[in-house]
Amino acid sequence: MKKLVAAAIAAGLGLAISATAASAQATLAQVKQRGMLNCGSNTGLAGFGVPDAQGTWKGLDVDYCRAIAAAIFNDASKVKFIPLSAKDRFTALQSGEIDVLVRNSTWTMTRDASLGLLFTGINYYDGQGFMVRKKLGVNSALQLSGASVCTQQGTTTELNLADYFRANNLKYEVVAFATSDETVKAYDSGRCDAFTTDASGLYAERLKLTNPDEHIVLPEIISKEPLGPSVRNNDPQWFNLVKWVGFAMLNAEELGVTKANLDAQLKSENPEVKRLLGTEGKFGEQIGLTPDWAARIVKLVGNYGESFEANVGQGSLLKIARGQNALWTKGGLQYAPPVR
Amino acid sequence: MASTPSDAREPGRASLLYDPKIRGYFYQIALLAIVGFLIWSAASNAIENLRAQKIASGFGFWHNPAGFDVNQKLIPFSASSGSTYGQAFLVGLLNTLLVAALGIVFATVLGFLVGVGRLSHNWVVAKLATIYVEVIRNLPLLLQLFFWYNAVLKPLPDARNSIHLPGSIYLNNRGIILPSPQFGPAFEVVVIAFLIAVAAAIAFFIWARGQQAKTGRQYHNGWISLALVLGVPLVVFFLVGQPLSFDYPQQGRFNLTGGMQIFPEFVALLVGLSTYTAAFIAEVVRAGILAVSKGQTEAANALGLRSGPTLKLVVIPQAMRVIIPPLTSQYLNLTKNSSLAVAIGYPDLVQVFTGTVLNQTGQAVEVVAITMAVYLTISLVTSFFMNIYNKRMALVER
Repeated sequence: MKKLVAAAIAAGLGLAISATAASAQATLAQVKQRGMLNCGSNTGLAGFGVPDAQGTWKGLDVDYCRAIAAAIFNDASKVKFIPLSAKDRFTALQSGEIDVLVRNSTWTMTRDASLGLLFTGINYYDGQGFMVRKKLGVNSALQLSGASVCTQQGTTTELNLADYFRANNLKYEVVAFATSDETVKAYDSGRCDAFTTDASGLYAERLKLTNPDEHIVLPEIISKEPLGPSVRNNDPQWFNLVKWVGFAMLNAEELGVTKANLDAQLKSENPEVKRLLGTEGKFGEQIGLTPDWAARIVKLVGNYGESFEANVGQGSLLKIARGQNALWTKGGLQYAPPVR
Repeated sequence: MASTPSDAREPGRASLLYDPKIRGYFYQIALLAIVGFLIWSAASNAIENLRAQKIASGFGFWHNPAGFDVNQKLIPFSASSGSTYGQAFLVGLLNTLLVAALGIVFATVLGFLVGVGRLSHNWVVAKLATIYVEVIRNLPLLLQLFFWYNAVLKPLPDARNSIHLPGSIYLNNRGIILPSPQFGPAFEVVVIAFLIAVAAAIAFFIWARGQQAKTGRQYHNGWISLALVLGVPLVVFFLVGQPLSFDYPQQGRFNLTGGMQIFPEFVALLVGLSTYTAAFIAEVVRAGILAVSKGQTEAANALGLRSGPTLKLVVIPQAMRVIIPPLTSQYLNLTKNSSLAVAIGYPDLVQVFTGTVLNQTGQAVEVVAITMAVYLTISLVTSFFMNIYNKRMALVER
């Protein structure tokens, strides 16, 4: 009996040990072998990552994962989306449950330096805002002294909230929930006067409220929230790959390569387009992909601008303007290094 | 030639390999060594992997400023005063202990009432108790917590239309807002008077017991103790000039300000845990009472004891022996179940520490290990005290 117990313990621990040892292996090789990309995604945030009525995942972050799959497999559907709450997301990435986390997560110094993660870039420049009921008659966040505020725990939002009220010497009561659904439900039921999250999230979550028209988003943006994908800090090849998938989508938009004109662009004489689409040079091979990696991304997913408009911009319910997320050539902040 | 059995089994000459005692030791040592090795290799493997993945480790985060706020706190805690993760841990721990301690009290009282109610000869009471137990016991606790949270929250008016109860108590969907007591400096005297009164009551109780054993004379122990414990502090309170005032809630821009707020998350969790555990305790109590054979009651009746003393002196002391061990595990369950608070936003240990602190520091291994150690300690301490009580109640054989 004792021997049996010992054997069982040994087997269990052995499994645990071998599982952790495997995560040190190159991520790209693992993904290829699995035939599927495991992508950490939001549990449901309109515009960024949410399954539609048919169960197909849609959103700006979802498109990023699809673009990675398109570059690796030439098939944008080879992604398994794993919905994660804010407080579970980094643990899932650290433990190897997911290959990449694209879940409207804010890039911060601590997350880069001590969580064992690396952010690969910024796919959405955001800032934190507040939403309140119109009937409260509040038109600035500075009038929120004494208010109770609902927020999701384990987020930078929770910290910015404390900072903002401290800096402006305002009193408040925080009510923190584990998931965004619970947070929104509590706000909707009147538990809180205000709801705070990233501004893009406010517009998305407002659609879930009983009467969206009764709520307004206050003008103050109280923080910088650079949202982007992150990977584990032990695989430079994979880090590069994920980073350059984002750059490819931006470069494609900048060079005017779209889903519709891709075939024409493949015959383009513009050297920048040729390098991007792999008709000249073999740039994709440097990051473990094929030369036509970027062409695959544009063909199957689209460039950054197309993805933006379809998910959060004019083609969506959110109707968010490009603003800071316009290309640098159009007065925005989105900028990608060149393929050369 | 066949050897005789005495040749082969000569003491001292038997092979060590076949000595059951030596074998037993060998297996135990081997098992210990294997378990020790596995624990060591798992731990060193974890440390190695954390280092390889460049994840921070160690307990240095304990003294770092937390930078977030918590609504319900029993000790001062705020981002603006630079409170640390260590203090956040304490806030969560105290909230867990608060809800567990109150939950245990309410669940015990309710459980005993329902358990006795199920055995009542009154048909309505017995059936109501049965329905209560069967319904509550057979629904998942998480579901019940959601029910209570929404049942507490939804029907109440918003903060600007609070229900005003007598005594400046307000009720709205932000919770219950009570006047908060402000203690004057002389209030300490009242507390000391209270403690002295409690000591006096205990002394009187012991003396009365002795008198009863000696002379058979009975005193009204309960009433006299109550008069002492309540009366003495009250008299002292008025003598030292009523050192107690109240801070009354005022209507503010969003909510009432001042006073003391009992949060709806806390109420929902407390009600959910108490009613759920009470259903189990009711069954434990019923089992305990039924375990006392009917002959005991009949014998007490034959001796001329009325039904009150029969219950108090004969049935309950024997039932308690059966009740206490399973009651202990119900207490432990309640404490551990309080971690479901995370679902309704009550800032308990799991919500604050393994939720926000874990996420902000990213040190899952340390944070989860500390949390497990805390629950283990709470459970062991609870068991320890219940075991002492159990020993006192256990059957003493002479």
